[in-house]
Amino acid sequence: MKLILKDLEFGYSSQLILKKISMELRPSEMLGVIGPNGSGKSTLIQCIDGLLKPKNGSILLDGTDIKGISRKEMAKKIGYVPQTSSRSFFPSTVLDAVLMGRRPHLGWRSSGGDVKKAIKVLRLMGIENLAMNDINQLSGGQQQKVLIARALAQESSILLLDEPTSNLDIKHQLEVVEIIREMVAERGISAIMAVHDLNLASKYTDRIIMMKEGRIVDQGVPSDVLTQENIRSVYGVVAEVINNNGGSPHVIPVKSLRHQKIPELGNFPSKISQKEHAKVIA
Amino acid sequence: MADSPRKEVSMNLSELEISDEEILNSYQKYMGRKAIFIVFSILVLVLAAGLAGSMGQAKITIWDGYAAFFAKFFPNYFSSSWLAETTIWNLRLPRIALGIIAGISLGIAGCIMQGILKNPLASPYTLGISAGASFGASLAIIGGAGLVGGDYLIIGNAFAFSLLVSLIIIGFAARRGATPETMVLVGIAILYIFSAATTLLQYFGEETAVVQAVFWSVGSLDRASWSKVLIAGSVVALSIPLLMMKSWDMNLLTSGDDSARSLGVNVNRIRIYTMAIISLMVSSIVCFTGTIGFIGLVAPHITRIIIGTDYRYLIPASGIVGAILVVGSDVISRNMIPPIIIPVGVITAFMGGPLFLYLIMKRRMGYF
Repeated sequence: MKLILKDLEFGYSSQLILKKISMELRPSEMLGVIGPNGSGKSTLIQCIDGLLKPKNGSILLDGTDIKGISRKEMAKKIGYVPQTSSRSFFPSTVLDAVLMGRRPHLGWRSSGGDVKKAIKVLRLMGIENLAMNDINQLSGGQQQKVLIARALAQESSILLLDEPTSNLDIKHQLEVVEIIREMVAERGISAIMAVHDLNLASKYTDRIIMMKEGRIVDQGVPSDVLTQENIRSVYGVVAEVINNNGGSPHVIPVKSLRHQKIPELGNFPSKISQKEHAKVIA
Repeated sequence: MADSPRKEVSMNLSELEISDEEILNSYQKYMGRKAIFIVFSILVLVLAAGLAGSMGQAKITIWDGYAAFFAKFFPNYFSSSWLAETTIWNLRLPRIALGIIAGISLGIAGCIMQGILKNPLASPYTLGISAGASFGASLAIIGGAGLVGGDYLIIGNAFAFSLLVSLIIIGFAARRGATPETMVLVGIAILYIFSAATTLLQYFGEETAVVQAVFWSVGSLDRASWSKVLIAGSVVALSIPLLMMKSWDMNLLTSGDDSARSLGVNVNRIRIYTMAIISLMVSSIVCFTGTIGFIGLVAPHITRIIIGTDYRYLIPASGIVGAILVVGSDVISRNMIPPIIIPVGVITAFMGGPLFLYLIMKRRMGYF
């Protein structure tokens, strides 16, 4: 399924949160969305899922504007995993929570087939042992996996993930992103993932969209987008970018440009040139 | 060394193989327990109804009561005396049936309101629907004014005003940017407005009329009759399937508005749809019984604690638990100081209050 955004704008009263966003998501692609807090990543994702109504512009799913698609039809096409920070759940078993993802496909009753599908997804996420546990008793990482499992049970062709790795330890971060990557490869679905960790974005996504203050400032393959210049102008951070065994770029943050302090020459990392240094000072 | 045993246990647990069949089995058992609870509570309700049927001037045992009930349907299998049959069918059963209908309506209404508004305090009473009914009734009793005349003056007024309250709440809910909190706050504001209006009416009213109005507002089953049972009963019978149809959507609402919407639920439409049906259901019982407090609040909480939040089971179970509470309270209300019948609304509040405090103390209400 192909997703195209044309000149999308969203905002409340006079203030625009998203400005002239044009982008596309290709079939079987994993797209990363990066940018500082408040740059509009979550808003963009919620607009794509139709949870927020854009002011201008259009969102096309295989050529059809999503305005003309009912909520239930949308749920069959797009799965959404919201941010989980400080979230409390109604008591429910993990299996019931995942079964909710089958909702767009069911009537009043859940069939045995739906329960089996939910169990299959749990097994895929490696949390089948927790099937009958109360979701509130799980750790943050496990809860995140349950929410992703629910979105997978939805069997949509596009997956939207809003910071799926926030609050997770390294092991869970990698596991979660690897599973999404595998889904994209094996099931031919595509995914948009808003993420703070630039190196996760670099390693696991096909393309990256970089946002600042509601605009897309750069997009392309990770090695084109994750440059020292981009990171400095978008995040206000001095970073070193090294090439990871000829593969994806690796970002090493050095310091923020908080007070625009003049860094001491001697302490500067080797990769940052004198020219770069001069720019910082300016 | 010290921390090794614990680590081993957790390792073993995570490596434990579990087959699909095992998961499926334990899931079916878990669903089965909910169904068993519903069957069990129906049995308790039948028992409570039998107990209520055995009480009164004419001495009829529980078993005679059941026999008299079934003799009407299966005259070949059950035999009953004329006295038992007339007493049960003409005097006691309308009261019991109205109590059951009231309990079911209020229990289900509370359960769904708490769910869709995400508020443990939501109930027909706390959202002002009962206050609207009381005002309507007072207006008819004290002011003699109403929308329909004759026998149905009081009932018609109570019905109209409780529905008006719901319409105001729904009107606010339909506005852009309305949240569940908006609906709760609007309900509470209306509760105060109508309470004040009722007080004003009573302040200027004639003494006997005021007494009558106060008696009306304290919920009671004394005014039960078969025609009332028929009206309220058919509304409930129609409402339940319409509400049950939306069980899945209500389940999804528990995971948050955004999640529910992304899973295909039109969140605002569900709130308005269910509120509209609930209002009609509650209005059509409250106009006959007056305000029976606490059932709408307590019955869903008790049921949630026992069977969890799956609305496919929670809706019917809350209704049955509500019915048990009303019929049970009625039994108590007739036996505290016989032959005086204390209004059932007083008993439900007296029983419901402490029960609610107990639940809060036990901290078993971690759902909101």
